[in-house]
This record gives sequence, C-alpha cells and structure tokens, in this order.
Amino acid sequence: MIYWEIFLAFFIPGIVGYGGGPASIPLVENEVVDRFGWLSVNGFSEMLAMANALPGPIATKMAGYIGYQQAGIPGAFVGVFATVAPSLILMIVLLGILMRFKDSPKVKRMTSLIRPTIAILLGVMAFDFFRTSYVDSGVWQMIGIAVVSFVLMEKLKVHPAFVIVGALGYGAVFLG
Amino acid sequence: MKQWHIFLAFFRVGMLGYGGGPSSIPLVKKEVVEKYKWMDDEEFANVLALGNSLPGPIATKMAGYIGYRVSGIVGMINAVLATIVPTIAIMIILLTFLSSMSEEPWVQGMTQAVVPVVGVMLAVLTYDFLKKAKGGLGWIITIVLAVVSLALIEWAGVHPGILIGVLLVYALVKPDKDVGDEKGQQKEGASS
Repeated sequence: MIYWEIFLAFFIPGIVGYGGGPASIPLVENEVVDRFGWLSVNGFSEMLAMANALPGPIATKMAGYIGYQQAGIPGAFVGVFATVAPSLILMIVLLGILMRFKDSPKVKRMTSLIRPTIAILLGVMAFDFFRTSYVDSGVWQMIGIAVVSFVLMEKLKVHPAFVIVGALGYGAVFLG
Repeated sequence: MKQWHIFLAFFRVGMLGYGGGPSSIPLVKKEVVEKYKWMDDEEFANVLALGNSLPGPIATKMAGYIGYRVSGIVGMINAVLATIVPTIAIMIILLTFLSSMSEEPWVQGMTQAVVPVVGVMLAVLTYDFLKKAKGGLGWIITIVLAVVSLALIEWAGVHPGILIGVLLVYALVKPDKDVGDEKGQQKEGASS
C-alpha cells in the first residue's frame, strides 16, 4: 500500500511536470506535504535545500530520498521509477511521431500555456516558506537571511551550494 | 567498453550538474557530442527539443534516450542509473544523518536558517517562469492565467495536476490560427 502511494505521489508530478525537474517541485510538495502528509513544510524545505546544494537532477533526488524515508531502499526505488519511467518510455516510444511535430505550434503552446500556473505554484510555495520562517525565527532573521542570500545568489552570482552551507552554519551557531 | 563509456559520461553529468536537470544540458552535450561523438549537433538539438516538449525530468529523458540510441535497453538503464544513483545516495546519507539528530538545537537552527534561503530560490524561479510566460503569451494572458490558477488551486482546492492537464488538452485542441506563440515559426504538420 505504501509503495502504491509512493508511486502515485511521484507518478503525477512526473507526468504533468513540464519544463524539467524544477517545474515539478511544487507538484511534489503538493503530494508529499498536502496530500500524504509525509513531510512538514519545514521538513520539505530542509530536504529541498539539501537537494539544491547537491549535484544532479532535482526530481530524482527528491523522489529517492522521500521514497527511502517512507519505505527504505524499495521505497526509494519505487519513487525514482515513478518519476523517471513514464516520461522516458513516452520519449522513446513517441520519438518518431513527435519528431515531425517538434516545431508545431501546438507542442510549443503546451509548454507556454502552463508556465503561469507553474509560476503560481512556485510563488505560493515561496510564500509558505517565508511564513514558516517568520513563525519559527521571527521577522528580522527572516528578512536578514532572505536579503543576504538573494544578494549573494542573484547579484554576486555565488553558487547556491555555498549560500546554503553558509546558512546552515549561521543557523547552527546563532539560531540553535 | 561502450557501457563503461556510457556510465562515465552520465556519471560526470550527474555529479557536476548543479541546479537540477535543465542546468546539466550543456554537460550532456559536451559528453555526447564533443567527447564521445555519439551524435552530431543537429541530432542532439532534435533530441533536446523533443525532450522539452514531453513531461517529466529532462536529465533522465536525455540520458535514457541517448543510452538507448547508443546501445539498446542495457545502455538506457546504464545511463539513467549513472545520472541519478550517485547523487541520491549522497542525499540519503546526509539527510538521514541530519534527521537522526533533529532534536539537537543546532540542527534545528540549521533548518530554520535555510528556510528563507529556499524561499528566495523559489521566488526567483517564480519570476523566471513568469518572465518566460510573458515572452510566449504576453502580459495579459499570463496574468489572467496566473490569477485563475491561484484562485482554483488555493481557494477552490483543485489538484494542480488536473489544472495542468486541462491546459495541455486545451493547447492541443485549440485551432491553430490565432496562436500567440513564440516568433513566427512555420505551422506545417500540426493539424493531424
């Protein structure tokens, strides 16, 4: 039963998540936090921070870890399989057909039509994270960390992995 | 030997690609086109275009298809595993270690400090998606779709998968004439 739930939780983001792994982040959150309740918003953010700090595709790191956490190695396998297999099979099977239509406006329109929806999902998640941070650490810590990390990542182009490691260090010393 | 090369190529891609699948595309190209010459530029561009028009993570679609092209089902499995297994293993080890000490105050401090950082990352990603949507759809449609999505998902409780599915079907079914899509590419072969 748990394996079926893990399969469903990652099958849906895998099959509706257009635009690569990052677009599927809010869909995964919807399943594992809101629907199945496997992680809290805090737990999810911790996992996402770690996943962002490590190399490799983001969708499979989330599926592997959450699957493992819920049901060990077989759970990790099910989560990754559900993420990867449906889209990969589609890719191989449909290659010949879709190759002919890759410049078709319909296919391009599919990608662009869902972007505002994905943006809203991401925006809502960002809002949830800031609210959680406000509740747990207070408004000044939240604003301070957010502003510093924004300047470092977006203006000074510091690699996110270093910013996350820095935040972890800061939290361990000053928020503990 | 070929399997070993497939493994090496995608292992490097997985370990060096920060920021999720889309950021690893140039790395895949370097291995597949420049180093091992399994494909030429044009074929790679075609695979990428197709990969982008299908759902699901891009990195594993690329790895799986290229592995399959180079040496069948075994190559496909090899390439996908090489892309994802090393980083999943690191992830599980690190997070299991952290959560085993989740009661320690310093670990809780770490969690708290990292939440706003992730918030900033998501806000930036939100902005990127809105900007790209504007490029393809124009501001008005982007804003209308964004507001409607917000209302449906947050207040009406519609599952985001259903909403996205409806939008995708609409994009397929809608007649082609009044398309507001990117630049004037040719519209041949879209009607079947």
